[in-house]
Amino acid sequence: MTGEEPLLTAVGLHKAYGPTAALGGADFSIRHGEIVAVMGPSGSGKSTLLHCLAGIVVPDSGSVTYRGTELTGLPDARRSELRRTDFGFVFQFGRLVPELTCLENVALPLRLGGARRKEAEAAAGEWLERLEVAGVARKRPGEISGGQGQRVAVARALVTSPRVVFADEPTGALDSLNGERVMELLTDAARFTDAAVVLVTHETRVAAYSDREVVVRDGAARDMATIR
Amino acid sequence: MSIGHTLLGLLETGPRHGYDLKRAFDDRFGHDRPLHYGQVYSTMSRLLKNGLVEVDSVESGDGPERKRYAVTDAGVTDVREWLEKPEKPEPYLQSTLYTKVVIALLTGRDAAVLLDTQRAEHLRWMRDLTERKRRGDLADQLICDHALFHLDADIRWLELTAARLGRLAEEVRK
Repeated sequence: MTGEEPLLTAVGLHKAYGPTAALGGADFSIRHGEIVAVMGPSGSGKSTLLHCLAGIVVPDSGSVTYRGTELTGLPDARRSELRRTDFGFVFQFGRLVPELTCLENVALPLRLGGARRKEAEAAAGEWLERLEVAGVARKRPGEISGGQGQRVAVARALVTSPRVVFADEPTGALDSLNGERVMELLTDAARFTDAAVVLVTHETRVAAYSDREVVVRDGAARDMATIR
Repeated sequence: MSIGHTLLGLLETGPRHGYDLKRAFDDRFGHDRPLHYGQVYSTMSRLLKNGLVEVDSVESGDGPERKRYAVTDAGVTDVREWLEKPEKPEPYLQSTLYTKVVIALLTGRDAAVLLDTQRAEHLRWMRDLTERKRRGDLADQLICDHALFHLDADIRWLELTAARLGRLAEEVRK
């Protein structure tokens, strides 16, 4: 690990949904280009931690700092913009737009950022090729397999060259072989673009693709790299 | 692993010298633990004595004689029987990890830290194997997967035990 400043840091995050505490003082940090697995039992607060880090959810207390900017204090519109320009997302079930072709899905984040159709689709095409799914470019999400859909989702997450990719159980709906290939492609692509990856997973075999592991238990995060 | 059966199986594909046998074994199965020459020759003497192999030819040159071994019919039968018989699954009922957890609880030490330390060590191994798998060929991938699935099972056990530590502490201190 380098002595470089963390890219994204969270300190003392608390978040409750009604009477249920999801996070109870979680700390987290990730460096440029690092792949960190967030593990923990179901309901431990892993996904809430990811949502707070990505600025999707505002914590009740605590701070999230991204490249020197405190996210929790930013207005919604600014946080949305940041998610579009600097962050990429991969979810358990691709969450592709069913009405668009796979190529249009991957080009979408670029189009939303103001890119022209031709350039956006050319970049999307390259990413589909890198993810070994160039053949599904003209198909709609309903016409492709789960494994292909996840690769398209990874392409969509990386097409904007984000600094941080948030992956929430990216292989959760795939069989072992497909899950493994998606992890290889996701981590290769992240290394290629020098993106950091926050990888939420309950599967140790998936976590083994990371550089470091953080375990969330009862809403508190513990960095396993400090355990010797 | 049964080295004798493995060498017999390799010989079934054609007669070989002791050195070739060692090389074939190491290429396919000896990734972490290559065979010693001594092991090959002691195994071949045993197989010869039991009539499972025979000396096919002897070459004498400047150095020591080089024997070429061939499998016998009895040897082929032995390989077939070995392949047909399922291996006994290892039930791991004498787990060192379980013993350590109980001793930690009995002596008032922090068993949760022990479990976390072990988990971190297991994951370190899993990372190394995952990396080796990415760089390796299909044989490497299958060998690493076998180890990865076992380490994964261990980690599940470590997690379950961590979740039951309170109850286990009450039981062992009764």
